[in-house]
Amino acid sequence: MTSSSPLIDIRNLTRTYHIGRTALHALKNVSLTIDHGEYVAVVGTSGSGKSTLLNVLGLLDRPTDGTYRIHKQSAGELTDRQRTTLRNREIGFVFQEFNLLARATARRQAELPLFYAGLSRKESRRRALDALAQVGLADRAAHRPEELSGGQRQRVAIARALVNSPSLLLADEPTGAIDTKTGEEVMALFEQRHLEGLTLVIVTHDREIAARARRIITLRDGTVISDEPRLASAVLP
Amino acid sequence: MKLLKYFPLAAENIAARKLRSILTMLGIIIGVASVLTTLGIGRGASADIMQQIASEGITILNVESGGYSDQTWTSGQPLTMADVTALSDRSLHPDIDQAVPLYRQYIHLGTGNSSMFMEVVGTTPAYAAIHNLELAQGRFLTEQEIAQRTKSVVIGADVAQRQFAGADAVGKSLRIANQPFTVVGVLRKRGWDRFGNMDIRAVIPLAVAQDRLRSTSPAHRHRGEYTVSEIQVNAVSIERLDAAARQVEQTLRLRRALAADEPNDFSIESQAWLLETANSVAATLTAFLAGIGAISLLVGGIGIMNIMLVSVTERTREIGLRKAVGAHNRDILLQFLVEALMLTLVGGLIGIAISYGLATIVERFSSPDFPLAVLIEPGSLAAAVSVSAACGLLFGLYPAIRATRLDPIDALRHE
Repeated sequence: MTSSSPLIDIRNLTRTYHIGRTALHALKNVSLTIDHGEYVAVVGTSGSGKSTLLNVLGLLDRPTDGTYRIHKQSAGELTDRQRTTLRNREIGFVFQEFNLLARATARRQAELPLFYAGLSRKESRRRALDALAQVGLADRAAHRPEELSGGQRQRVAIARALVNSPSLLLADEPTGAIDTKTGEEVMALFEQRHLEGLTLVIVTHDREIAARARRIITLRDGTVISDEPRLASAVLP
Repeated sequence: MKLLKYFPLAAENIAARKLRSILTMLGIIIGVASVLTTLGIGRGASADIMQQIASEGITILNVESGGYSDQTWTSGQPLTMADVTALSDRSLHPDIDQAVPLYRQYIHLGTGNSSMFMEVVGTTPAYAAIHNLELAQGRFLTEQEIAQRTKSVVIGADVAQRQFAGADAVGKSLRIANQPFTVVGVLRKRGWDRFGNMDIRAVIPLAVAQDRLRSTSPAHRHRGEYTVSEIQVNAVSIERLDAAARQVEQTLRLRRALAADEPNDFSIESQAWLLETANSVAATLTAFLAGIGAISLLVGGIGIMNIMLVSVTERTREIGLRKAVGAHNRDILLQFLVEALMLTLVGGLIGIAISYGLATIVERFSSPDFPLAVLIEPGSLAAAVSVSAACGLLFGLYPAIRATRLDPIDALRHE
């Protein structure tokens, strides 16, 4: 997929946290671009700033300094409302701990972004069931998280992330809490959508998972120490 | 309506935590139920009192000679039959139904062997009408008996019981002031009202009383007119009672040639104050109960705020997730506000249902001697519902605002 301007364009981005009197530089002067349809893995040890980067990319966090453009819009100039709307329409999140609602059925979980997008109940229901079917959980729509296995829970979370057809999927250690085999199934789901044009940014410390991506960005102490395309080694199941 | 979509969400959240939700609502439930029930009992009692007051000649004005003005007693000329005639002129007194003369005296009454010292009233047949007197036996005095000064007497129920031991009294003879009277009627038992105990009373023709029951005062005649001890003026309605009183005052001042700066030398006693007192007692009672209700609702509301705050803390992660997937601050605010609103509204409705249940139980203890009516008015219901809703909004607001202030990243990281 080609586009005249990148989906994500970060310039000299810095994010500093203040804990008491000490300043913690989570990201220092990071610059990078991600094009539409890329498949990027962000790796690094814990504390390297990869989660912070993901939060900034996902419009959950604001940089202390530098610029961030997404969809040609300067994130710093967006209001909270606009950022929230952009998150709802264009970005899907998948977390390590799934972050499902404790008491809601799988269908309800998948409907969540649509609820805030203002869709009718009927349309939400249809799309949620559709999204669940795509992750192979059509028969689990009425199940609550406690009735689902870890892998199934993560697939519900993926259905939720993809239900509103975002252009960007951000995943934070998506395989961290599930076994290897289930992890591969989850990755296969992502990659299938990637082939359909979805931009993937996956944060992981698992080298095997990272190796599946077409580009690996390595962070250490808040800076990018390597950014290598892996066009040749793109592996698909 | 966009707001409506938050209601199923709130219902799900409330249903998901049933025990906690019920405990949270308990404050509101108890508050609403107790206020409605006590208020209902108060209203029921005061409606009962009002009805009694209204049935006991509330429209009657007592007019007597002599009056208090600035705490000094002004004795006046006696009231006479000429005053009665004047007050009976409907064209000058449109709000007066009728003016009934009374000549009353405490006197001995009895058959040969037993005697009672009691009130004997000389009056006209109109007396029976304005007091709604009902006869247990016989009939009331007739115009003819009044005109012919017949020595007929109508006696109260207790008098008949004491003098004739329950036997038919009509046609029997009674001595009043040592003169023989014939009993023509016995009143139905009715007990006390503001004019005294009707059951211990004897009613005879006015002129006979004026003639035969004379004691020292008042004077038998004044300026050639027979005197009366009291005039009972019946107004056309409760609403026109004050107007009737003004018309009586105007006429009597004119007839007595009182100058503008002279106080009334007569008194017009109205029992409207009784109605007003009863009303103001009821209002005080209502305010008192409403105050207690407000306090219990406040306590209930604080309980709700407390639980909602706990709930917000507990659901920090949920809030973070909702924000991450596209919930605006307004969405979060409304979610928690609607939840609080729903808790209080449902609590209020349960409270209303319980108050109806309690009303049924309370009314079961009702007896003729101790009437208990519970009157739950639509106004009280509306107030209960709106006050609980207001409670929900008021006490739900702070937790809801707290929820919106959560940063999605911190919220997602929250354990």
